[in-house]
Amino acid sequence: MDLKIASGSANTEERQAVDSLLGAPQETSHGAQRDEMGMRVSTGGESLRKLRHLLLPTLHSVNDRVGFISRGAINYISQRLDIAPAEIYGVATFYALFDTNERPARQVHVCIDLACRAASGCTEETLPEGAIASPCLGTCERAPSVLVIETGVTVRQEVLAPATKAQIADLVAGKSAPAEQPIAQAAPQTPDKSLVLLSRIGIADPLSIDDYISNNGFTALHKAFAIGAEQVIAEVTTSGLVGRGGAAFPTGRKWAAVASQPVKTRYLICNADESEPGTFKDRVLLEGDPFALVEAMTIAAFATGSQHGYIYLRGEYPRALMNLTNAIEVARNKNYLGDNILNSGFNFDITIFRGAGAYICGEETAIFNSIEGFRGEPRNKPPFPVEVGLFGKPTVVNNVETLLNVLPIINNSGEKYASWGSTGSKGKKLFCVSGAVNKPGVYEVTFGVTLRELINLAGGLKSDSTIQAVLLGGAAGGFVGPEDLDLELTLEAARAAGTTLGSGVVMVLDQNVNMFDQLQRIAAFFRDESCGQCVPCRVGTVRQQEALARLVKSNGTDSTAVDLQLLRDLGQVMRDASICGLGQTAHNAIDSALTRLKVFSA
Amino acid sequence: MSTQVTTGLQVRKSVELTIDGKKVTAPEGSTLLDACRASGKEIPTLCFGDTITPKNACRVCMVELEGSRTLVPSCSRKVEAGMVVNTDTERTSHSRKLVLELLGSSVDLSLTKNVSKWNDNYDAKPLRFGAPSYHHGKRDEAVTGHHHQPDGETAETVHQPVKIDNALYVRDYSKCILCYQCVDACGEQWQNTFAITTAGRGFDARISTEFAVDLTDSACVYCGNCIQVCPTGALMFTSEYEMREAGTWREEEQTQTDTICPYCGVGCSLTLHVQDNTIVKVTSPSDHSVTHGNLCIKGRFGFQHVQNTKPE
Repeated sequence: MDLKIASGSANTEERQAVDSLLGAPQETSHGAQRDEMGMRVSTGGESLRKLRHLLLPTLHSVNDRVGFISRGAINYISQRLDIAPAEIYGVATFYALFDTNERPARQVHVCIDLACRAASGCTEETLPEGAIASPCLGTCERAPSVLVIETGVTVRQEVLAPATKAQIADLVAGKSAPAEQPIAQAAPQTPDKSLVLLSRIGIADPLSIDDYISNNGFTALHKAFAIGAEQVIAEVTTSGLVGRGGAAFPTGRKWAAVASQPVKTRYLICNADESEPGTFKDRVLLEGDPFALVEAMTIAAFATGSQHGYIYLRGEYPRALMNLTNAIEVARNKNYLGDNILNSGFNFDITIFRGAGAYICGEETAIFNSIEGFRGEPRNKPPFPVEVGLFGKPTVVNNVETLLNVLPIINNSGEKYASWGSTGSKGKKLFCVSGAVNKPGVYEVTFGVTLRELINLAGGLKSDSTIQAVLLGGAAGGFVGPEDLDLELTLEAARAAGTTLGSGVVMVLDQNVNMFDQLQRIAAFFRDESCGQCVPCRVGTVRQQEALARLVKSNGTDSTAVDLQLLRDLGQVMRDASICGLGQTAHNAIDSALTRLKVFSA
Repeated sequence: MSTQVTTGLQVRKSVELTIDGKKVTAPEGSTLLDACRASGKEIPTLCFGDTITPKNACRVCMVELEGSRTLVPSCSRKVEAGMVVNTDTERTSHSRKLVLELLGSSVDLSLTKNVSKWNDNYDAKPLRFGAPSYHHGKRDEAVTGHHHQPDGETAETVHQPVKIDNALYVRDYSKCILCYQCVDACGEQWQNTFAITTAGRGFDARISTEFAVDLTDSACVYCGNCIQVCPTGALMFTSEYEMREAGTWREEEQTQTDTICPYCGVGCSLTLHVQDNTIVKVTSPSDHSVTHGNLCIKGRFGFQHVQNTKPE
């Protein structure tokens, strides 16, 4: 491509950051110094354009090193990857963790989302000077939460939760955060070997493959190789396992669809872009049991005939990134990944792909665009990912928890797994309990416990709390009231009650929580996170937020009924006509607050 | 609309589907919009252009498809045998009405064709979200993931000053519905110049050069193919813009004359738009089998010599 590069060149740090990923430039046209002969042969073009999937990692590399993406950096990346500067700018400005304006090397991201503002009242307006407001950081069990990113030759990321206002001010001033709490603290049931999904949390060292192996690790993989790909899919189908990311699609059917594709190049993606406000179960698994994900992904790839796997990991999970990076490296060294895994003849490897602050990139087709180096906008379906997915090839996309459920299915049997749970919801489920309970955290239960039982499992309500509402399924889920505590937590019971389990969020809001404030935050969240592609979501989320602002101010007046009707109209068009699940669910929680909790009175 | 049944030696199969209760046949590979229009249904479209792959971003052409949880975009959904489609239901009307209201309340649609007719048809009242707010305007500086809290008094718009940074065309993004057609025409679908992109996210998403630099500093080659595909008048010849500002633009008096571009041997078709014996803008027939409405800077803008006037 004939690039037109405007003024501005990368400084040494930026060049090093890019070169550390792409290698030194070989040609002057790609930014190399002219050699003494002053000659060059121009190659590149097609071969460079095949590297577009390195765009987001390269932007990360620059952002990690200097803290922002300058014009010079974009120009240099443009030469190195043969992508027009405008396009790189479009991608860089899509992600909230990047900035195209110069900013300090140290950024203090303070969560102002649902659980954290309920716990501490921390909002955009009350942030200390110099802190950056952040959507849910996925540490709701110890709200309120802060993520510090300090860029430099080695980027430093620290999580502090819970954080006091004084501590946040200290972090902004440059102090280091104390060491993060042990992973197992987020799963109060642990250590307990009888758990199915959390059996190794607090028991096996997440950095040690030997610990993993001595705690039942890689047994499912051996068994999978022994019984063969078709039988693996049969077991998963028999188990009745459905996706745990929120959409509850049958996993066995998805795998079978990919396995039957005529195209032989196939991909597996583990969706670890956990960003639904209130959700942190995947974080605990990724941090606490990373080898299990490696094993489960290898089995999924073997079953579906995929040669390469990606873990699309949200950018705000530093400990998960560290532990996963270690697990993949160690597993590769021990031949649990790579060529001819355990002499099975099966080749498979995993790449971690870091997200950069975009909730929408948890939408499966948005992941494809993000990995391919485009803006993370969802694609139109059909065609479905099982036919045309990543790089145009058949692709399986599974959530972290979904994949980890495959291990007990293969270790025992699909039939055994299906014996757990209710008629319509099979197996074990992780719930992320946060808010006004004594022991917030991730809880493993068999499908079928009631909301009341789960809250009791989480230590019960705090002594001075009474329940005002419980948010199920996150911002895209719905509120239920104190009268709904006997709701059975199964997919079918939730559906029948007009609500959803979504990603497993159970956020208990007591009498002290301002529901108007929670609703306005939900509206603000969807407005910020909409990709902007389709009109119902792009404009609808703004109009929804404006209508809520009016309702809060003039609740109970003549205009209330008008604005309530407006909200219902907006909800319907977003649900009916948005391209993807984000817009389709952007009104759900608000709708439940209007109809079930009746927070506004007309 | 005629249906091409044979393409070279390949015979295109046709499929049978039901539209509003009537069985119709449509060629395989065509869209629901093609099929609906072929059977005389009027379906509004805004972001759809006949030379660009449908982006189905505006969602005004939604129809109801039996078995589908959500409505489907007729502009891009391909026909399949046995589909049962309804084009005029409560849900489709609601959806079209709301899309017209959402766009009408946030974007200047004064130059977008058919909008007032559709507003009447679907009872769309864009002003019901409140008085439009024009005060921000600095959309190029938006920070992704952050926004001003609205107070509910006004309805936020995409209003911003007109960008006039070159002599040939202006960009008035207050009129932009984000159909992506200009980006696709500039980029991989036609021109391969990639001077513009969609930047930012959500309501702050906007068409932009890198760092919002002036077009003169960007990769723009002034082919004007973005103007050709723009459905809302956001991209406009400077000549047209100035005449509109001066109140001398009278489209009803203009004639359109097709001719062949004199510059090179390709022989692109030009349509000269003439008012008072002066060429005021140039388009190209989008149904031309070779050029599909695309031109280069010379064909698009190099008409001054005809009028024997010198550019400034």
